[in-house]
Amino acid sequence: MSKRIEVKDLNVYYSDFLAVEGVSITIEPRTVTAFIGPSGCGKSTFLRTLNRMHEVIPGAHVKGEVIIDGNDLYAPGVDPVMVRRQVGMVFQRANPFPTMSIRDNVLAGLKLNNKRLSKSEGDDMVEKGLRGANLWNEVKDRLNLPGGGLSGGQQQRLCIARAITVSPDVLLMDEPCSALDPISTLAIEDLIKELKEEYTVVIVTHNMQQASRVSDRTAFFNIAGTGKPGKLIEYDDTTTIFSNPTVKDTEDYVSGRFG
Amino acid sequence: MVILAGVALFLIVQGMPAIVANWQSNPELNDGFTSAFDSFWAYVGPLLFGTLWSAAIALVLGAPIGIGIALFISHYAPRRLAGLLGYVVDLLAAVPSVVFGLWGIIVIRPFLLPLSDWLNTYLGWIPIFGGQVTTTGSTILAGAVVLAVMILPIITSISREIFLQTPRLHEEAALALGATRWEMVRLAVFPYAKSGIVSATLLGLGRALGETMAIAMIISPAVIVSFLVVTEGQNSQTIAANIALNFPIASTLQRQALIGTGLLLFVVSLAVNMIARYIVTRGSSKTGSKKKRRPRPLVVPTGDATSTLTRDLVADKNTAAGPEGASA
Repeated sequence: MSKRIEVKDLNVYYSDFLAVEGVSITIEPRTVTAFIGPSGCGKSTFLRTLNRMHEVIPGAHVKGEVIIDGNDLYAPGVDPVMVRRQVGMVFQRANPFPTMSIRDNVLAGLKLNNKRLSKSEGDDMVEKGLRGANLWNEVKDRLNLPGGGLSGGQQQRLCIARAITVSPDVLLMDEPCSALDPISTLAIEDLIKELKEEYTVVIVTHNMQQASRVSDRTAFFNIAGTGKPGKLIEYDDTTTIFSNPTVKDTEDYVSGRFG
Repeated sequence: MVILAGVALFLIVQGMPAIVANWQSNPELNDGFTSAFDSFWAYVGPLLFGTLWSAAIALVLGAPIGIGIALFISHYAPRRLAGLLGYVVDLLAAVPSVVFGLWGIIVIRPFLLPLSDWLNTYLGWIPIFGGQVTTTGSTILAGAVVLAVMILPIITSISREIFLQTPRLHEEAALALGATRWEMVRLAVFPYAKSGIVSATLLGLGRALGETMAIAMIISPAVIVSFLVVTEGQNSQTIAANIALNFPIASTLQRQALIGTGLLLFVVSLAVNMIARYIVTRGSSKTGSKKKRRPRPLVVPTGDATSTLTRDLVADKNTAAGPEGASA
């Protein structure tokens, strides 16, 4: 299930504007990797290139390689739809399909894969997905109610359930807790630690405590100034980044001297 | 509102004498185009049917195309083409209906002849395609095709606006699950736009119901109830076209009869438009109440959450985060 991600010298462009420059990084399977850095430094942009979601924005394109399990995502002939089925994503704001029931939300990805599910198989998948997202006990009695009726934290976990039900190789999370209160955040963080057993997790966060709590490795991104491209400054074990970083900028950032 | 009431009052006052008149004995009504009918209702019934029938065919033909074009413009076409196409469709709304009628007579009628023949020959066993096939093309099918083109702009522009308002978040949610563009449309766009599509279609229906010239110029009508779509002389006349055709030759009381039919058309299209509005407002109030409802689950578990938090300090983190921990 879990796969290694290798990125080689990746540049990301929005039309002519170079947003992220020269990122090379290797993300090991069954780890949680956190991307930290000030706003606008390109961490979300870079995250979205890992499942080709940045292409949704007109004009966005990349140069370089993203290799997951030996396959370059940007090789000619690779269908972004297939990439996204392998690399799941959870967004900053919870986005369950509002008109669908909780059950249908969880199964939405499976149904896309054109799998014909019997009722009992569907029930099993729903339970597995919701248990995987620590949501089962809260919603098991109201699976047929719309997903929009849940609280923010529950909705976010519903989105995680939806993402893991298709059994992706990698799970990307773009500031999954930034719209949540501390209790919900705690639930998600615990969940991330569990997800690590099965998936390669990459998380973007503005919260440095969160990065230090959940991640094994941390990558620090920064920009030299507005209009300049974002760059990967330092990538190391989380403990090293937070206690003994080699680059001055990283130390300034994690110790709160700027940003 | 005042104008609306004024129009309604005018129609009622003017139409009433003909509605209550005795159609069997009145000499004025036993002459000319009203002579074959025993009562006002026997006269207006087939007309009303014809109105609904032609509008229904137009809707069946036009609505899917209109919605398809809207979807193409909003989600498929490159930006420049989308702008151009949207502009062209909006321009269709500016074409006078007489021009559409002429176009129907000269272009659509001959164009549909082979299709009518084919439908009659091979699908004639389906009742609506049966009967004596047309030679001139003055069928209700031709009329409905022209009507369909006329209602395209209204359906297209309203659905396009709704499609464009689909929250980007929902679209990205679908795409991130590995949805193709069409699957994304089905998952995120259609559920969001459902009520908008329905109301756009109903507004199109309202337009088709009241349309006069296309029908009056194209079909060769009869005041009968007939489902046949590829015949001539057996096409159900519509209220609006009937008024336009017979008004110049009508006597006073016949004129009032025609105004009476107009009253009925007024009632029907008013009803259709009101249903459309109702669906639109219900759709928006549904999302509105959802917004209002959202805080409620937030409020209720807050108590639980604090207690969970206290427990959390004592108990193992994992168990606390499980059941109710994050419901706040």
